[in-house]
Amino acid sequence: MAGPGNGASASAQDSAAPLLSVRDLRVAFDTRRGRVVAVDGISFDLDEGETLGIVGESGCGKSVTALSVLRLAGRAAHILSGSIRLAGRDLLTVSDAEIQAVRGGEVGMVFQEPMTSLNPVFTVGEQIAEPLMRHRRLSRRAALDRAAELLDKVGIPTPRARLASYPHELSGGMRQRVMIAMALSCQPRLLIADEPTTALDVTVQAQILELLAGLQQEFGTAIMLITHDLGVVAEFARRAVVMYAGRIVEQAEVGALFERPLHPYTEGLLASIPPMEEDLDSLRTIEGTVPSPHAMPPGCRFAPRCAAVRPACRTIDPPLLALAPGHQAACIAHADYRLPAGSGQAHADTPA
Amino acid sequence: MSAASPPLLAVDGLVKHFPIRGGFMGLGTKGAVRAVDGVSFIIAAGETMGLVGESGCGKSTTGRLLVRLLEPTAGRIQFDGTDIAALGPRQLRPLRRHFQIIAQDPYGSLNPRMRVEDILREPMRIAGLKDTEQGERVARLLDHVGLAAGHATRFPHEFSGGQRQRIAIARALTLRPRFIVCDEPVSALDVSVQAQIINLLRELQREMGLAYLFVSHDLSVVRHIADRVAVMYLGRIVELAPKRRLFAAPRHPYTQALLSAVPVPRPARKRQRIMLAGDVPNPAAPPPGCRFHTRCARAADVCRAQDPSLQQDTEGRAVACHFPDP
Repeated sequence: MAGPGNGASASAQDSAAPLLSVRDLRVAFDTRRGRVVAVDGISFDLDEGETLGIVGESGCGKSVTALSVLRLAGRAAHILSGSIRLAGRDLLTVSDAEIQAVRGGEVGMVFQEPMTSLNPVFTVGEQIAEPLMRHRRLSRRAALDRAAELLDKVGIPTPRARLASYPHELSGGMRQRVMIAMALSCQPRLLIADEPTTALDVTVQAQILELLAGLQQEFGTAIMLITHDLGVVAEFARRAVVMYAGRIVEQAEVGALFERPLHPYTEGLLASIPPMEEDLDSLRTIEGTVPSPHAMPPGCRFAPRCAAVRPACRTIDPPLLALAPGHQAACIAHADYRLPAGSGQAHADTPA
Repeated sequence: MSAASPPLLAVDGLVKHFPIRGGFMGLGTKGAVRAVDGVSFIIAAGETMGLVGESGCGKSTTGRLLVRLLEPTAGRIQFDGTDIAALGPRQLRPLRRHFQIIAQDPYGSLNPRMRVEDILREPMRIAGLKDTEQGERVARLLDHVGLAAGHATRFPHEFSGGQRQRIAIARALTLRPRFIVCDEPVSALDVSVQAQIINLLRELQREMGLAYLFVSHDLSVVRHIADRVAVMYLGRIVELAPKRRLFAAPRHPYTQALLSAVPVPRPARKRQRIMLAGDVPNPAAPPPGCRFHTRCARAADVCRAQDPSLQQDTEGRAVACHFPDP
């Protein structure tokens, strides 16, 4: 039970010094049909050692957010505004050499498809040793020794022998273990995991999530987990951010988010998952589809699909506001939602 | 399942081996991947059988065999009394309209150069339906699957993933089939759209009395849509039971591990998770005895030596295990 006291102390901690602090991030892409804003003014914090889930459906901007932290969103991406501070330093303004030192150093990354993110022509040992030689200045021999230790740590049998394996010789679960070993090789303070178990079977997913949780405890690494799977977030993250059409629509500790969702989109998402213990005649659905980034609706972006839509929703673009301790949502339909004077209107009236 | 009405579909001893090329210039074979290795079950008219399991267990191959997209290596597939596994292409053709398949990827299964109307008319034309009849059915089908009449003249790329899956469903329904294999039909879709398609499939089933084989790796979706569920592991069915029984009281250790691994969106509920060690063995060389014994906590000598058969009890539950839970 999160009493007001708990909430207050938690927010006091937050304000102390989050490990990662994203503020008003806006990322656009140039496409043949013009510029689209994939991430449109999002802000969130991630504490030292914490696990934050970022959830949403395809195209909501969750992966762009993750990639932007390491400036890996690609050449077509333009950061329009905002800051991404890692322990106080803005990663968006540091030099290329500095961001390269951060990648694989202070921040590790694990992607969805380990087959495409591992290099097929290098052995597993060479790939894990590389960041150690680069960031930690270890000799080749020492780096390979460390690589074998890491493979052992991520649960790969006969790690010494595996150093000489190529990625194609491993199963999907084993490859993801190798990716995790690589990402953790320099003991990063932050691990960004973008759909790390989506390509895996459920029993292997359970193994990988357990592995990540264990390593997190051991090293105190903070984890940013990007996923479309609400079940994975519920079981693995402490706090979660729900994204829709480039915006954060709700943010809370997972207990509150799943038991008392405050945004109709979160509520709809949860209701559309078939339950495991109950027989339902039909599932609740969210009507329609996600808006095209080329034609975002005015006002609340979820309004065209929202079952609780009001006339004001189509004009007022609601900012994310705290509605309970540690629980924020962007929905004017909520009884406790009070627009800050002028701010909502200013958004709504912004000329196109 | 009752003796009164024979099942719509009866599968008996179904086997599919894919030869592994090798030898001189790749002209010979060196063994075979035993994708489906002796599978038997029945499906009644109007029933949904869920088929679950992890990658490589043979569930999709089973689905493709049932509609004869693949040639079985051995076994019988009785459809309404006729063994369609034994029929040649010419004899099979008039029967094909009765069984259809909906694939996972609506991007890959629709011809990008054809308009929706032509996609839907093609099977009707092949079946020899009159032009006016084709037009009427197209309009009815679009309405049935929740698309507008105006969508008929558009191309697949103009639709979202969920709408494309609606088109694929409409196409499967054109010739009024009695049985449809749904092969991971919602796996490529976002959850909110997934729910729309699942509801649609159930409505169509009620209206048209369709039987489904619903192949999926998503256990909560199968729990929702199926009447009975079969669990596959390395080419075999290890457990088959009415869904409530299977999910409430799984008997096979693999089913138990599989169910316990599913993450549920209820943070308050902490469950005991059964961790499986290692990976699924190579289907070209499955372990002797019980195929699951290499990863099973209960494995005893008998499991390493004897292959357990699927034993059915009086309540329609079947399990292939030497030491099943009651």
